[in-house]
Amino acid sequence: MASSKQQMHVLAVDDNSVDRAVISRILRSSKHKVTAVDSAQRALDLLGLESDVNMIITDYWMPDMTGFDLLKRVKGSSALKEIPVVIMSSENVPSRINRCLEEGAEDFLLKPVRPSDVSRLCSRMMMR
Amino acid sequence: MLVNFPNETLPAFFSRRRNNHQTLPFPLSEGYLDEQFHQLEELQDDVSPNFVEEVVVLFFRDSSRLISNIEQALEKHPQDFHGLRACVQQLKGSSSSIGALKVKNECDLFREYCDEENKEGCLRSFQKVKKEHAILRQKLEAYFQLLRQVGQMERATPSYN
Repeated sequence: MASSKQQMHVLAVDDNSVDRAVISRILRSSKHKVTAVDSAQRALDLLGLESDVNMIITDYWMPDMTGFDLLKRVKGSSALKEIPVVIMSSENVPSRINRCLEEGAEDFLLKPVRPSDVSRLCSRMMMR
Repeated sequence: MLVNFPNETLPAFFSRRRNNHQTLPFPLSEGYLDEQFHQLEELQDDVSPNFVEEVVVLFFRDSSRLISNIEQALEKHPQDFHGLRACVQQLKGSSSSIGALKVKNECDLFREYCDEENKEGCLRSFQKVKKEHAILRQKLEAYFQLLRQVGQMERATPSYN
């Protein structure tokens, strides 16, 4: 049980440089460690190394591999499936949101992501 | 040379900052930027004192590229509305992430014309997107310049602090 604030290592995945900068700053201002990558493939490469990532936050819509594909890969891997995955999207599509949650996403955040959304999320993560 | 700041004299401005620790009310009050921009300003601290300006630079780098892509996409015959929509959606996304309200709204309209496959509508709304984008660039350049000048003046005149 976490009584004091712990630092998480969050892997942020977004092909948009503005969004990457924003999500990184939001997380760092709460003293979390952030690794930001611009594609799902890079995320998988990083996760494949000896990584201490405790949460993944990913954009849904990316070229090549979507955040949903990344989610499936993570949840389908015995080594990675315990890592919570949060999906971000600028489009509010209920069927998409449901599909992500059914596939095991921890949460779904609508963009633009607010600092308050992320701090709520991190508090929940650290309660575990 | 200070940028003319409408409606407020500098002493009044310093007084307000001293009392409320507020950032400048413009450009929020003019409707160019929304609450998201203010939230980004709130994220600035000693570790990242120039975060907002850095993000704004990223935004204009990305958005200029997207605008150029859209320009090229609009010259294609037959029109690829799907590809065009994807570019507009990206521009809308970046705009909304920094709180660029007017640019974002024009992108929404542009996107509707793409969905309707209305070429004329697309061309018209693209002109508006470009116009709002250019105005926002000017406003933000002036804003950051003013912040720098204010910062210098505050450091130089301790009686105001």
